[in-house]
This record gives sequence, C-alpha cells and structure tokens, in this order.
Amino acid sequence: MIPAPFDYKRASSAAEAISLVSEFGEDAKFLAGGHSLLPLMKLRLAQPAVLIDIARIQDLSYIRDAGDHIAIGALTRHMDVEKSPILAEHAPLLSFAASHVGDPQVRHRGTIGGSIAHADSASDLPATTLALGATYVVQGPNGTREIAAADFYIGFLESALAPDEMLTEIRVPKMNGATWGFQKFNRRAQDWAIVGVAAWKRGTESGVGLVNMGSVPVLATSVAKAIAGGASISDAAKLAGAEAEPQSDLNASAQYRVHLAEVLVRRALESTSK
Amino acid sequence: MAGSILGNRVLRKEDPKFLTTGGVYVDDLLDEPALQGALHVTYVRSTVAHGVITSIDTSDAASMPGIVAVLTGKDLGLEFVPSAYNPAATRTLLATDKVRFVGEPIAAIVSNTREQGEDAIDAVVIDYDVLPALIDLEEAMASTTLLYEACGSNVVFDSMVLGLPDNTGDAYFADCEVVAKGRFLNQRVAPCPLEVRGAAASWGKDGRLTEWLSTQHAQGAVAPIAAANGIDASMVHVKTPDVGGGFGAKIGAYPEELLLGVIAKRVGKAVRWRETRSESMVGLGHGRAQLQYVTIGGKRDGTVTHYQLWAIQDSGSWVDMGTILAPFMTRPMSSGVYAIPNIECRTTSVVTNTTPTVAYRGAGRPEATAAIERAMDIFALEIGMDAVEVRRKNLIPKFMTPHTTVVGQTYDVGDYETSLNKVLDAADYKGWRAKQKAARDSGATKQIGIGVSVYVEITGGVGNGESAKVEIQDNGHALIYTGTSPHGQGHATSWAMLANEQTGIPIENIELVWGDTDLVPIGTGTMGSRSLQQGGNAVFAVAAELVNKAKSVAARLLEASEEDIVLDKDAGSFHVAGTPAVAKTWADLAVAEKQSGGLVHSDVINVSGATFPFGAHVAVVEVDVETGKVTHIAHTACDDAGKVLNPMLLEGQIHGGVAQGVAQALLEEVCYDPDGNPITSNLADYAFISAAELPSVTVVHMETPTPINLIGAKGIGESGTIGSTPSVQSAVVDAVSQFGVKHIDMPTTAEKVWAAIQSAR
Amino acid sequence: MKVTITVNGTTHESDVEPRTLLVQYVRESLGLTGTNIGCDTSSCGACSLHLNGESVKSCTVLAVQADGGTVTTIEGLAKDGVMHPMQQAFMENHGLQCGYCTPGMVMAAIGLLNENPSPTEEQVRIGLEGNLCRCTGYHNIVKSVLACANNK
Repeated sequence: MIPAPFDYKRASSAAEAISLVSEFGEDAKFLAGGHSLLPLMKLRLAQPAVLIDIARIQDLSYIRDAGDHIAIGALTRHMDVEKSPILAEHAPLLSFAASHVGDPQVRHRGTIGGSIAHADSASDLPATTLALGATYVVQGPNGTREIAAADFYIGFLESALAPDEMLTEIRVPKMNGATWGFQKFNRRAQDWAIVGVAAWKRGTESGVGLVNMGSVPVLATSVAKAIAGGASISDAAKLAGAEAEPQSDLNASAQYRVHLAEVLVRRALESTSK
Repeated sequence: MAGSILGNRVLRKEDPKFLTTGGVYVDDLLDEPALQGALHVTYVRSTVAHGVITSIDTSDAASMPGIVAVLTGKDLGLEFVPSAYNPAATRTLLATDKVRFVGEPIAAIVSNTREQGEDAIDAVVIDYDVLPALIDLEEAMASTTLLYEACGSNVVFDSMVLGLPDNTGDAYFADCEVVAKGRFLNQRVAPCPLEVRGAAASWGKDGRLTEWLSTQHAQGAVAPIAAANGIDASMVHVKTPDVGGGFGAKIGAYPEELLLGVIAKRVGKAVRWRETRSESMVGLGHGRAQLQYVTIGGKRDGTVTHYQLWAIQDSGSWVDMGTILAPFMTRPMSSGVYAIPNIECRTTSVVTNTTPTVAYRGAGRPEATAAIERAMDIFALEIGMDAVEVRRKNLIPKFMTPHTTVVGQTYDVGDYETSLNKVLDAADYKGWRAKQKAARDSGATKQIGIGVSVYVEITGGVGNGESAKVEIQDNGHALIYTGTSPHGQGHATSWAMLANEQTGIPIENIELVWGDTDLVPIGTGTMGSRSLQQGGNAVFAVAAELVNKAKSVAARLLEASEEDIVLDKDAGSFHVAGTPAVAKTWADLAVAEKQSGGLVHSDVINVSGATFPFGAHVAVVEVDVETGKVTHIAHTACDDAGKVLNPMLLEGQIHGGVAQGVAQALLEEVCYDPDGNPITSNLADYAFISAAELPSVTVVHMETPTPINLIGAKGIGESGTIGSTPSVQSAVVDAVSQFGVKHIDMPTTAEKVWAAIQSAR
Repeated sequence: MKVTITVNGTTHESDVEPRTLLVQYVRESLGLTGTNIGCDTSSCGACSLHLNGESVKSCTVLAVQADGGTVTTIEGLAKDGVMHPMQQAFMENHGLQCGYCTPGMVMAAIGLLNENPSPTEEQVRIGLEGNLCRCTGYHNIVKSVLACANNK
C-alpha cells in the first residue's frame, strides 16, 4: 500500500510544469489532488518515476463567468465546483455532479482538471462536461489549444493530451435555464457509478453523457438526435445504448447496463435532480 | 442508599482514551522496549489458486536495499502440520510443495523498513505448475482433482462421520400434503474488521518468546505458537494490545502469526508484521459460504411436519474452524424456533481453492436461521398463507424449563411468540402492509417489501465457564483479571459494573487486565457471545467471594465475628453491625493482608451450559422495480438476551450485528473468477456497508432471564446478525412476489432483483 | 525531501521520502498513532484528519503535499483535558466500540458539521459515506453527530 519510489518535483507555473514534463517524458505524471493517481500508485498499478506537483501553481483554481460560458481553472477542487454559486446558477448539472464525486474528504483534494485528464469513463465529471459540450484548454510547449470534450477521450484512460501538455481550464457553456438530471446508479453511496447519466434539455436541444458505459465517456448522440426530431423523452431514452460499448464486470452485466442506461436517461431528462 | 448499578446505561470508561489519544493497537506499539529496532516482515503470497511450486528464487529480492533475509519454508525447515479437524490434511506454514489459494504465504521478506519489504515482493520469483482451480463448491465435491491427496476426496468432513444418518431424500415427505423445495446460497463474506491482522515477536534473554497479537483469544494462541517454535508452552508469553475488531476471524493464530517467532530467531532480532487490507481480504478467514438444499413439507393449514436440510459447507483451502461450523452449529440449530416433529440435517464440508473459512459473527447459526426462515417463506407461498401466520402456527410455545428439539438440542428458556408480537407492534407491521397494498394497487415504480424473521441462537457454546481474579490494591482500588478478550464490547466498563455491585468500589477505581497470558493464564477469550454469561458471571461470583474474604479480614481487625460484619457499599467500608463509626476501608484491609498474599480471590466459575437468545426482526425495503435497486428503509429488532447488564452496550451490539446481517442480505459477497483469482479483494470492490445504506434501528427490549448462570444473562453479540439477514432477504422477495418471484439469493443486488422480476413475469 | 508541517500546533521540520504518505508521517515520524490505516484504496476513512482546516484522507496525501500546511489529528482536539464537543458526544452516545475507525470518524464528523451545521439524519449518513465502521452499525455514530449538532 506504499507507492514505489519516485522523484518529486514542484512546478510553480504552467510553463515550468510543461518544461519538466518535456524533460522527463513518459516517466513523469502530474500530481494535483492526487485522488485519481495516488490510489493507483499505492496498489502499484502505476509506477511513474517522477511526480510533478502542480498543485501550488497560482491562479489555476477559479470559477469565472466568462459571458457565454463558465471558465473553471483545472486545479479547482471538486468541493469548490460543488459549492460554487456561479455554477449553481449557470451550470447546476456540473455542480450537482461534483457533489457526487467520491466522498467529502475526496472532494477536498481532488480537482476537476485531474479528473478530466485522468479520462476514466467511470468518473462522473468527464461524462458530465461531455454532455454539457465543454471545451478543455490545454497548454503545451508551443502554446495553448482548445479541445472539444467530444474529441478529448480517445481510449481507455487515454486522452488527446500530448505527453508534454497540461490541462489548464475547463469551459462549460451556460445552461441558460435548461432542465437537467444527474443519475448515479451504484451499490453504495461511495462507489463508482455502475451506470451514470448526466443530461440536460431545453426544448428540443439536449445533451446526454453516460458514465461507465464504455472505455470512454459516452455522448448519447442518438438520444439527442431523437429529441431534436421531436421524439418523446421516453422513446428517445430507448436509444441510450446506441453509442455505448458497456462491459460486463463484477457489478453488472453489459445487458443490464444498457437497460439501466435507458431507464436513467429517461429519468434524468424527465425531472431536474435535487 | 444508591440503587444497583446493574441494568443502567453506564458510559464507557474506555472511551476517553479511544477518543483523545486513540487505542493502542499492535501497530501502534512504538515505545515497546522489546520491539525497538524490530525488523519488518512482509509475506510473498501465491498468485495461483492451485498449483505445484516448482521453484522459488529469492536471490534478487535478497540483494535489494534494506533486505535482511528472504526465507522460504525449506529455509526454515518447516514441517507439515495436520489440521485439528481432519489430520489427513496437512500443510507447511509457508507453502513448500503445493499452493491451494491465491494469497497463500510462500516466503517471508525481512527488511529494515516496511517499504523495503513491499518493494522486494515482486523480486521473489515463483514458478508453478498450475493445476485446475476448484472454486465451485459442488464441482469440488465431485472432482477427482484433490486439494489434499491424503484425504482421498475434497469432502473433508461430513456429519455422517459423527454417526449421524444421511438424509432420506424425497421419500421423507411422502405423507405431506404440501412440499416446497429450495436451493439457497448463504454466500461467502469477508469479516473485515477495521484493523487488519498484525503481530510482533521478540525473544527474551531468558529464552522466552513474547508475541503481541491482534487476537480474540491470547490463551488459545499459546500452544500453536509453542508448537511452531518448537518450545514448551511455558516459554511463550502472548500479549493482547487493543484490538480493532475481530468478529470471529481473529480466533486462533494464522500461519503469518505463528511464523514470527521462527523468523525472529533466524534473524536474531525482534520482528513486526502488519498486513495490508488487500492481503487481509485474502489472508484473513472468510465467513459463511454454505450452500443449502432445503425441502419443507406439511399440511395446507400451515403446520410444518417435515424439514430437511443438506448444508454443503465451503471450507476454503484448509480444514479450519469454518469446516466444522456446519455440523456443530448449523445442524443443532436447524429447528430454529419451530416445533417441527421431523427434521433431517446432513452437513458436508468441502475444500476449495479459496481462502479458508472461519467463524464469522454467528458462525453457523445465521446459516441455520437463514435456511429455516427462507423455508418457512417458501412454504407460506406454496400454501398461500401469510408468512407471519405460518410462523406463528409452528412456534415452540413459551417454555421456562428446558426444551429439546428433535435434532437433540436443548434450549434453556424461550418465549418466541411474545418477541414476534412485540416486534410486529413496534414496527407497525399492519401499517406497512397497508402501504404495501397502496403501492401495489397504484403500480408504483417503488414497491414496498416487508420481511419478518423469528430466530433462536446458541451462545456460550464455547467453554464451560471462565476465570476471574479480583485483587484489591493498597489504595483500595480493584484490579480485575479476566479470561475474556474485549475488542469493542466494553468489558472494562461491564466487569467494573459487576464488581461494583458486589464491592461498592467505584467503577472509576476498577481496572481490567486481559489478554496477557502471564497475568491471565486461563481464559477462553471472547467469541460465540460467551463473555458476559461466562466471563462477567465469573467476575460477579469471584467479587462476591472476595467480599466474604474481606469480611473475615475485617472481623479479625475489628475483633468481631464474621456474621456481624456489614459491608457499606456506598462508603466502601466494613463495620460491625450497629457500630458504623468504626470501619475498615477496602484499602485498610488490603494493606492488612499484604504480608499474607494480599486481598485477592481467584477462581474458575463454571456455568451449567449454553444459553439461547431469541427474538424477531422486521425489515422494510423499498424496491425500484425498473432497476431492481433495493433501499432498506426501516428495521425493527426485538432481541431477548436474558438479563441486561448495560442497555447502552446491548443496543450497540444489536446495531452492529444488524449492520453486518443487512450487509450480507443486500450487498456483500466475496467473489472469485473461474481461475480462482479473488475479484473483491479490497474495500473498493468489496461492498463493505456504509452508513448511507442503513437505516437507524428500532430496538425493542425484552428480557427473559436464564437460569444457566448467576446473572441471568445470555449473549447478544451475534443475535442482531442472525435475526436481521433473513428478514431483509425476505423483505426483498416480498416486494416483488407480486410478479411471481419466489426466491432471490443473497446478496440481493439490483441486477439480481431485476432479473428475477423479468424471469417471473 | 524537507518538509515543514504544523501538527496540532507544533511546527515540525522533517526529512521524508517523496512517497511517504501523510498518515505514515504523523504515525511514524511524529508518533501520533491515533490516526489509523484501515485499507489501501482510500475507502475506509480511518486515516481522516484535518489538513488546512478540512477533512482529508491522509492515506491519499503525500507528506510532501502537506508541506507548509497545518494538520490537526485526533490528539489535537481536546484542550487542557477538556474534550471537543464531538468527542464528548461520541462518548455520551456510545458512538464507538473497538475504537479503530473512531479518530477518522470524529475528524470527518467535525468536518461535516463545519460545512453543514444542522444536518438531517440522511445528510449525516451520506456525509459519512467515506468512513467505514464494522462495530457500531453507524446508528450511534449518527446519533452522536446529530447530538453534537443540536448542542451547538
């Protein structure tokens, strides 16, 4: 339960972080809150030779109203996303989803940037930001670029981040009064979702993200298309599994996951979660 | 004059320490002089479920930084030791020839720091010839691939070996109007005490071995430790620090613990060991794991006349305590609370390539209760009668003198129907049935299920009594030495209450000594809910006798005759009747006796037998019929454990027992893949129940004293678990019985419930 | 690597390995063994303490991450022999049995009330989802936390 030995570096700026990660390459991982990485390292499932601690970089923890979207610094902790009045007003689906990440102790340390960059399809925030049509701002040695969430998740724990890039900001479009629902179906309150749904609807516009329904977070585009085409929520929800490739595991069969997704998508679209 | 302390909610004197500086568990013994400079032991464990070890290469590991030694069974010259329960099964404490479960210890790394030990694990290279892994119980029972060739079979214990008859099959039910059958899985669970296993060992200059052990029974560890180290039992000193939970799994000593003295001797230094949780999930014994074939028959009017149980017990890969729980605990309790005139019960224990099974809260009795309660439910469904009414019809009527069931078990006192009525009333059973009807009528997504269980269990079945010594110190304070071994049960407070009752010495001036085999050589530990009825009982008796001794000392000092001496408990002093002004305090008497051995009394107090707590539980669940998700929304428990010493502690035991019982019904299961790899071997994968999944428990008090001991007490430690599991399982099935569902195996996960609804519809 | 951490009011300068977990640091380097280790997957919460005023799982924090920070452990709660109201509530309501989960449970509970001073029973149960107990069945833990909240 003790990680393998590693070297520890601290970055005091994004530029320094990027220069360090360029120097050490694949031997290095960024450390923010550490609540995705350290659990893996303690079981020795991950053994990076170098940890670059980015948690003390100034001004990467913020939540700002940026006009048509809310800009969230990558180092913003889940607890701050959960409690943000700005998000409560403009992107309540995200703040509600954040309130379901782990447990309170986890939320005091884990960051939204860490969760997104870790790119676990079983995590809540990748699928939620995906559903909201977020854009991720990424900084590398050659400057910054924006990656749409829909283009970010490319494989199991694999994102479009280059090895020498760092996520700096998450831009979430304002929800402008959309109704929304977040359904996290698990065995115990502290568990990962067996299946999770993050969904919003505003007239015939909608966005539905699925948690743990494939090797990447899933955007249920067939559901959104059906709603755009005038289908009822109930009928559209039946298409929940169309883009998904769920696994059978200890907690659920693939077939049951598809069934759950259909039920939970319907529920998430039907009523705003409390 | 103050009233009796007994029966009061006395706060625990243990608590200030636990709450401010914390308990001192074995891994906290940083200041222990004998352990300064101790090295750390890390075990290398099998990654294969069944195989022959063809080679072990420790050379790379041995040359890593901080590694003092890497030791195999061959290095230590370990000999094969037989199982106490089937001597044909033998093993070496570190596997040398075969491995039989993933997690079996094969080598011991000794290092300066714990980290260095962990770093070296992967450098120990072990080659295996892999053998077929026997994980499925019935497959293992029939297989010609044997775990222990010398056993001739994977069946390592059968009730027929005890001379008991086989079951006679369906013919047994020839005269029954109605017959119902079931195959029930009482699934494998992990005890998961919050403190994992840990121990430390140090050889003294006098050649004695001192071992600190996180255990429920220090005295029971002496002989196996002595044997493992090749020394006489008198050369072994076991000490018990604070223990963070045991639940049965910390009875006896595991190979990792037995080897520490051997390792310490080899390296010439004291050693410490503490497993990780992932190791504990495979190395600490598992509980339950019993497959049950049940047939129940009787009349249409609800009378049950015949009951047949075949309990197939998964022993895991060793023949440990788990093997014998089925014949010695499940079978004797197979009648439950019912006056069934014809019962057959055969038990068959089978080894598999999994973690060995051991006692776990209830140890064989939850299995018996779950089987008969499920059987009553399926019988009720078969005849279309209310499950509560079927139970009522078959209950053994109230008895205050011993009652013997047809399987030969004699219960002390019982009043099952009263406990049933009390719990139904307190739970507002009728109100919930009305809510259920409303939900059914409206076809709501969330349906209500109500489950009722009535149970009896056996406590104090281990040991015939207990040792106690009460000693008065020069300042008039008392020291109690007990053979029990508390790990959360509150004995320091409870035994102080009993001693206070007899002596008048204030509870804050009474301390408890336990778990140190030099100070308490005789003791049967804490297990099987025996401690109050045997250990507390002994303290009560010994303290009374000490008062008699004190009176004779006082008589001498006051130059009076003993019959005229009065103990004023409030004042804590003795005087001649009529002359209270001239008194001798406990301190005076202790000082007076100092030269002649002190003011002390010690004895082993026996009881006349085991006792049989009983009760009834009502569980209410809500089932989301679209997803199958179960939410436990209410739980009411009426548990009668005889005379109650401290209702606060009693309730705590009930709450804790209920949580573990509910956990088995709804959530927890140890799982293996077909190759025998454990797939629930940490607390993220294993669904250890949290506060968010449980309701508060309504406890209904009931006390029917037992004549078996002086204090009228039975054991409460396991009742909550035994009563709760079947009530919750029953509630889940009840919620969806409207769709034609008759049975759902535990744990009743959402997918299982959903699938059951789909199949039945 | 050198770290400076203030624990229960005392500032310590220590040399630690980067991989040393904060829970190991307080237990082994500082001898504060009240905080316990109960698992290896950040599931059980026995290691909970306060870092910079917030409850965290110290098994999932490196000591080097806590550099410059302030830590409060169970040993730092009582003042001049007077227990913190949460400790008092646990004692009065039999909120502990074997005591192993207790330090982490108390620290998590204090954190819970800091953020939600008047929780419902449900909020307490969900708020303690990250703290496992095997002995008490949680009933009296919940009662202790609610008692403490009502006494404020």
